[in-house]
Amino acid sequence: MDLRVSPYLYIAPFFVLFFLFGLAPMFYTAWVALHEWHPIGGQGDFVGLANFTAVLGQGMFWKSVFNTLSIFVFTAVPQLIAAIFIAAVLDANLRAGTFWRMAVLLPYVAAPVAVAIIFSNLFGNQFGLVNNLLATVGLPQVQWTGSSTASHVAISTMVSFRWTGYNALILLAGMQAIPRDLYEAAGIDGASRLRRFFSVTIPMLRPTLIFVIITTTIGNLQIFDEARIFGGASGNGPVGGADGQWKTITLYLWEVGWRQANLGRSAAIALLLLLLIVLIGLINFLAARKIASDTGAKR
Amino acid sequence: MRTTMLRRTASAVAAATAAALVLAGCSTEGSKPAADGKIVLEIATFGDWGYAPYIEQWKAKHPDVTVEYETAGGGDDQREKLLNFLGQDSGLACVEALEVDWLGELKQFSDRFVDLADPELEDRWFDWKSEMATTDDGKVVGYGTDIGPQAVAYRADLFKAAGLPSDREAVAEYLGGADATWERFYEVGAEFTTKSDAAWFESVQGAYTAMINQVEHAYENEDGTPKDLAGSEVERIFRTVLRHGTEQKQSAGLAQWSSDWNASFKRNDTFAVVLAPSWMAGTIKGNAGEGFVGWDIANVFPGGGGNWGGSYLSVPAQCKHPEEAKDLAAYLTSAEVTLDQAVKNGGGTPSQVEAMNSPKLLPLTNPFFDNAPTGRIWADRAAAVKVVPFKGPNYKKVHDVVVAGLNRVDVDKSQSVDQSWAQVLSDLKSLN
Repeated sequence: MDLRVSPYLYIAPFFVLFFLFGLAPMFYTAWVALHEWHPIGGQGDFVGLANFTAVLGQGMFWKSVFNTLSIFVFTAVPQLIAAIFIAAVLDANLRAGTFWRMAVLLPYVAAPVAVAIIFSNLFGNQFGLVNNLLATVGLPQVQWTGSSTASHVAISTMVSFRWTGYNALILLAGMQAIPRDLYEAAGIDGASRLRRFFSVTIPMLRPTLIFVIITTTIGNLQIFDEARIFGGASGNGPVGGADGQWKTITLYLWEVGWRQANLGRSAAIALLLLLLIVLIGLINFLAARKIASDTGAKR
Repeated sequence: MRTTMLRRTASAVAAATAAALVLAGCSTEGSKPAADGKIVLEIATFGDWGYAPYIEQWKAKHPDVTVEYETAGGGDDQREKLLNFLGQDSGLACVEALEVDWLGELKQFSDRFVDLADPELEDRWFDWKSEMATTDDGKVVGYGTDIGPQAVAYRADLFKAAGLPSDREAVAEYLGGADATWERFYEVGAEFTTKSDAAWFESVQGAYTAMINQVEHAYENEDGTPKDLAGSEVERIFRTVLRHGTEQKQSAGLAQWSSDWNASFKRNDTFAVVLAPSWMAGTIKGNAGEGFVGWDIANVFPGGGGNWGGSYLSVPAQCKHPEEAKDLAAYLTSAEVTLDQAVKNGGGTPSQVEAMNSPKLLPLTNPFFDNAPTGRIWADRAAAVKVVPFKGPNYKKVHDVVVAGLNRVDVDKSQSVDQSWAQVLSDLKSLN
């Protein structure tokens, strides 16, 4: 075996699979996006970029972009803060540490659709548990499916419930890899617990944080299950609210493709979503690098 | 086997399964050889249509076939599933249920279905029922299961408390008897709501669906092309139901089939009336619970009879055992089976002429609805239906847009009637 070709052969299986199941469908999607395409009837006339212009010209598309970003912010920010906090607590020497770590992961094991159905019932407008509790305390009831903000809060709660524990465990693994002598040194220098957390833990967590932030971003931009089930669990009714209050991009893509039977436009939305994810992923990668290095421990 | 023909409801669990299937992109083969060499046929309906015992009967005559019965999801799930997997030529069960609102849409692709035309079965169904599933060139896409003639299901206890007549003959008379009109219906609604804390009917969507099913060409012209709805009958009905439903607060403001809507039936004082097609009787009982007392059905319907829903069984062309599948579909839609179902359910409305005319059907009563003579009521209501609405390739898509408009005003309360109607018109423009 020669050393020039064989390394490429070793990595070839990945790229063959990636091409078959990753890249090829993407190119096919682009092909579909350039045509009229019915889910049953299949390929129709070539329409060039008409699907893209039609999608970009629709208020509902921009609304779905807004919804997706809004749910992303409502989810990602509290979720990351909570995950770091939980990880820090778990990193301390707790009794029965393994038990707590397992417990944190439990919501992640639950099927997302099951979680969404239960939460949808909790967030019922008239007879939901949350509104009942609000009423007992004397607070006004919230029309959860009525406004964008309320529905985004409800959906973010479902998503956070599922993912906070998972992220906490990944961050915990990162924290445990931090050499303990750094903390000792900081302690001897007179740094408080809080100071040690911000000046040692966070900067040392940088690679893990970047990983968590990027996966969270990609996941949150593709939110589907929770939004699909929210507001109506019986498999009937409008997708993402009567006014699209919580219609995310993926939900809109689904609706256009399989409710309005217009796969061409649906494919165009998919590609626009891809662009958006790449763009936001990039911004967020740069931001995460900056934040982590600004706090200073490196070098 | 508690309730059958739960057309549009499905338990949360069922929805979960359906959604999970869809999400996983998971597909099941319509037929596959089992380990013991038997053929496996799958049949899928949206909600449990109570076919289990009849499948057993059919299997007894076909010992070489195993049947798997899937009951997941709602009607909209079912449509999405068919749109998706008919195009892929795999992934569907051998017998798939179709709903009348989107039958016209799928009929465009009749080559994806096995032609079920059978000279022996030609006279089994009411003409209008079988015509709806027949293409212009004579292919039969589906066998009719049931029809959905509508009556007024009402809460006798709430009527009484509000000082309205409460026994079913008096209620029918009070609403106008044979000449009942929508004006009278909303008039009584206004009277009821001033005397009771409860709303008159459960949702604007329900009232609208009842009214639109009395219009022959609601959304489409005779050739199936979409109509311009500005200033149309649709707009008039849209504004009428919202005026009474939201401005006069006759509607309980619930989105049909939502978790709130399902839960509301367990409450005592949410609304007094459901404009109920025959299959809805099972939904009401299922949602309220067996022990709930107060429901009754009046043999009357505003606007001269109406039909909502009613389904078909089809065999997708991708099925590998079309003969067996066709035979199973034919058996499950036979007069014998549908009549037996109606008898067990305390009344129902088969689409088979022989079953509907059976002397067994008329004397049936339904204990949940205070022993209402449901056999007689559904038969009369079916006879009162005068209009068979045309439902072409665009019906369901347009209907969804209009219903979303209703719910923006009725449920979300986020828009005025004018705003919402304007958005309906613009949303329709962007459909294609």
